[in-house]
Amino acid sequence: MTAAVVCRGLEKTYVKGREQVPVLTGINLEIEQGDFLALMGPSGSGKTTLLNLIGGLDHPTGGEIEVEGQSLGGMSNKALARWRSENVGFIFQFYNLLPVLNAQRNVELPLLLTKLSRKQRQANAETALEIVGLADRARHKPGELSGGQQQRVAIARALVADPRLMVCDEPTGDLDRDTADEILELLQMLNADHGKTIIMVTHDPRAADHAKRTLHMDKGKLVTAGALA
Amino acid sequence: MSLLGLVWANLFRKRTRTVLTLLSVMIAFLLFALLQAVSVAFDGGVEVDGTNRLVVGGKYSQIDQLPYSQKQQILSLDGVDKITHTSWFGGEYQDPKNFFAKFPVDPESYFEVYSELDLEPAGALERFARERTAAVVDISLAQEYGWEVGDVIPIQGTIYPKNDGTRLWEFELVGTFSENGEGSDFPLFLFHFEYFNEATLFGADQVGNWTLTIDDVERADEIANQIDALFENSSDPTRTTTEDEANRQFARQLGDMGFITTMIMSAVFFTIILLTGNTMSQALRERIPELAVLKTLGFTDSTVLFLVLGEALILCVLGGALGAGLAMFMGPGMSAALEGVFGSFEVTPDIFVIALGLSAAVGLLIGLLPALTAQRLAIVDAFRRG
Ligand SMILES: Nc1ncnc2c1ncn2[C@@H]1O[C@H](COP(=O)(O)OP(=O)(O)O)[C@@H](O)[C@H]1O
Ligand SMILES: [Mg+2]
Repeated sequence: MTAAVVCRGLEKTYVKGREQVPVLTGINLEIEQGDFLALMGPSGSGKTTLLNLIGGLDHPTGGEIEVEGQSLGGMSNKALARWRSENVGFIFQFYNLLPVLNAQRNVELPLLLTKLSRKQRQANAETALEIVGLADRARHKPGELSGGQQQRVAIARALVADPRLMVCDEPTGDLDRDTADEILELLQMLNADHGKTIIMVTHDPRAADHAKRTLHMDKGKLVTAGALA
Repeated sequence: MSLLGLVWANLFRKRTRTVLTLLSVMIAFLLFALLQAVSVAFDGGVEVDGTNRLVVGGKYSQIDQLPYSQKQQILSLDGVDKITHTSWFGGEYQDPKNFFAKFPVDPESYFEVYSELDLEPAGALERFARERTAAVVDISLAQEYGWEVGDVIPIQGTIYPKNDGTRLWEFELVGTFSENGEGSDFPLFLFHFEYFNEATLFGADQVGNWTLTIDDVERADEIANQIDALFENSSDPTRTTTEDEANRQFARQLGDMGFITTMIMSAVFFTIILLTGNTMSQALRERIPELAVLKTLGFTDSTVLFLVLGEALILCVLGGALGAGLAMFMGPGMSAALEGVFGSFEVTPDIFVIALGLSAAVGLLIGLLPALTAQRLAIVDAFRRG
């Protein structure tokens, strides 16, 4: 089985006016299928940038990156969009649900890009909501849900198209400890029972404890053993 | 849910704002459809009135006769379209109390110039032109005297005797004419000018008035002056007026009305585009992170473009349909209320379709900038901003 993620000499440099801002300076990383990886490090060390590259939200400026067997360097925006919809689920710190849609419809959103029938889409959305334990809140809008519930809806949305990889950027950063634990247990369950590969950026060492392993970043580099030499 | 459902849901993110925008678009198109109907009604009015006709008579007196030779000179003036002529024949039908005007005319040019008149039965004009002693009459005369096609009508030539020494002119009725099925308040008896010209004892090759059509109502004064200048120093000076000065004044006001209508609509649409455009841009700015989420989930740049464009389009077309639909609904009532002011006032399906097309154009115009912004939005930048 191919690795979920392979990065070799991965670089990202932002251009601000005339200034070049090197953010990732040679990342070497391999993540196996079924892994649950926590990515830690100080603010500004490049965690989000790395996660965005792995999730195909941004283009690298150097090196190689292969995710789910697909080399992402040089893909067009359009091809990347399609690839994301089929291969990656995203979970953010601030949930990023659409406030005008109820929970059920938020979850259904990614399926609008598939060929599934309306009925099938609805059924899948309901299943995803059941998995995260929110079937009874399907008709609620995000504004009518607590933070933890909103994050569950977001997780259901990330699940619904059944991607193998889930990337989470500080998924518990906005939640109190107990709620955070519930969300982390949910992620653990998805990893253990549903075989999802999970990469989670976090500040919180207690959150990292839920992962199978932890990597540390500093100033655009991985600093822990576990990264490829 | 479908993509359309998503567009719809987004439209109602701020219900009040959307409803107000929808209302303003709707009112704009209500106004548009009504004004459009009014200007169509105006156009209709202009067509039936003979406002582009000039009448040339003798300068000093209406009874002065004009030489037939003036015809070609008048026709050669720029802006003159068609010309015909009338003459006062006088004459009596059975009893002096039976008063109606009898004109010797040139059949073809007369009915070309007075194109609003309909001749019946079919083929009447051809017979009138062909048969020397043929006559046609206003339908109200035929009704009053019980004349039918084929009747021979005797007229005593009180002014003009025939050159055979008799005064009896006999005409065979070949048709009747009417305007929109109705007779005139000043009904005419028309007969063949050539017959008159050949048979009259005196007064041949002369006409009472020239009536001519011009290409452009606005040039009426100019052309009238040119005609009068042409004959000023001849033995037969002329005085040219519009067929109905009041009519022409009316036509000018109609022209102004059309202009005012256009100005009002331009102002309305300018405001609508500015207002709705601003609302759309504002709505977009609030939604930058959401659009980035859609892109994250795999919606392509062009799908996002169409989602945003679709919102503007739906809002405007819906407003346009509601506004123009309301106008159609109000049309019959307004038509009754305004009867007499405008000839006919109707919000036609054509106007509705034009309103729909225009509202789609407005929607595209308003939606384009936000849609392009949404399309170009880079996901990572949007999240950093949000
Ligand atoms: N789009 C961008 N343009 C310019 N600089 C950026 C951009 N995105 C991130 N950076 C910079 O890259 C560095 C790393 O950012 P980020 O990956 O968000 O760090 P982390 O998630 O570890 O806090 C920061 O210094 C940030 O200012
Ligand atoms: Mg970050």
